[in-house]
Amino acid sequence: MLGVGAYRTRSRPALGAVLPVPISEMTWQLTDEKNQSVRPADWIDRPVMVFFGFTWCPDVCPTTLSDISLWLEELGAEADRLIVALISVDPERDTPDALAAYVGNFDPRILGLTGSADEVARAASEFRMTYRRVDKDDGDYTMDHTAGVFLFYPDGRFASIIDFHEDRRFAVPKIRRTLS
Amino acid sequence: MKHLLLAATLSLTASAALACETVTVGDLSVEHGWSKVTIGAGRPGVFYVSISNSGATDDALVGISTPAAGMPMLHETVVKDGVASMPHAMSIPVPAGQSVQLSPGGYHGMLMGLTAALKEGDSFPVTLSFEKAGEVTVNVEVLSLRAEGPDCADAGQ
Repeated sequence: MLGVGAYRTRSRPALGAVLPVPISEMTWQLTDEKNQSVRPADWIDRPVMVFFGFTWCPDVCPTTLSDISLWLEELGAEADRLIVALISVDPERDTPDALAAYVGNFDPRILGLTGSADEVARAASEFRMTYRRVDKDDGDYTMDHTAGVFLFYPDGRFASIIDFHEDRRFAVPKIRRTLS
Repeated sequence: MKHLLLAATLSLTASAALACETVTVGDLSVEHGWSKVTIGAGRPGVFYVSISNSGATDDALVGISTPAAGMPMLHETVVKDGVASMPHAMSIPVPAGQSVQLSPGGYHGMLMGLTAALKEGDSFPVTLSFEKAGEVTVNVEVLSLRAEGPDCADAGQ
């Protein structure tokens, strides 16, 4: 693995960064890969793990979802109450059906959420994450996006972020802290 | 030689050992060429590989081509302030005496304009163009979306 050692690991965003609002104060409304409406209130009393991405993404997103699947495998039944969701930052292409085909390749506990551009923007703002469309010469486009995995306690409080290049030995203990 | 024997043994015992073959051009050896399943042909595929330079001269990977995709390009995943972006890499340095990995979360080939969806167990050739050593073609094995790399006995990833 190239350059892993060069990335700083940390349990929370740098000082001065704005923290995600508690799940209990979030207001977005999205649709899961089974076409069911999902609201933050549905996640009350459950620990939550959220990753933003898009299914056209060839490297970062499948890598992260593979990592998440391995973490869930390691946690086993311990993680059954954990809500795990991929929120698409590319709702234009990521329909619920597209997400179903995608998340079906990973741990079955991973939900795929999408919605209107406004609702995705609302969710992004409440998670304090950023994303940006990058147009390419051939008319195609890709998305830059915050690549960390967000963790929340069952009472909705923000717990920590697992960074994209963070040593995976730290990931499972971080998740475990949100489960009890 | 030991390495070749090992690869040959693997090909007898595992159905998918293409990615474990090593090809050489000049002082460069190229192995572990692999890709991931795509959902349909509309989404880009990915290409990962290991390159080592046993020579005394720096080289660089300057391009890739494949019949599997109309527009293959080299990219690098860069994470800055927590935000991932994927700039085009004009060339990937392969310094003398060193190994370079195109691997998840770092340098990778992005296969745009796929001629067909990539399915698990498929394989396709990718030709790598090096600034000094010239061209060499590897067989690329398509693994699942969850895969972290080919399962080679000697895989150093």
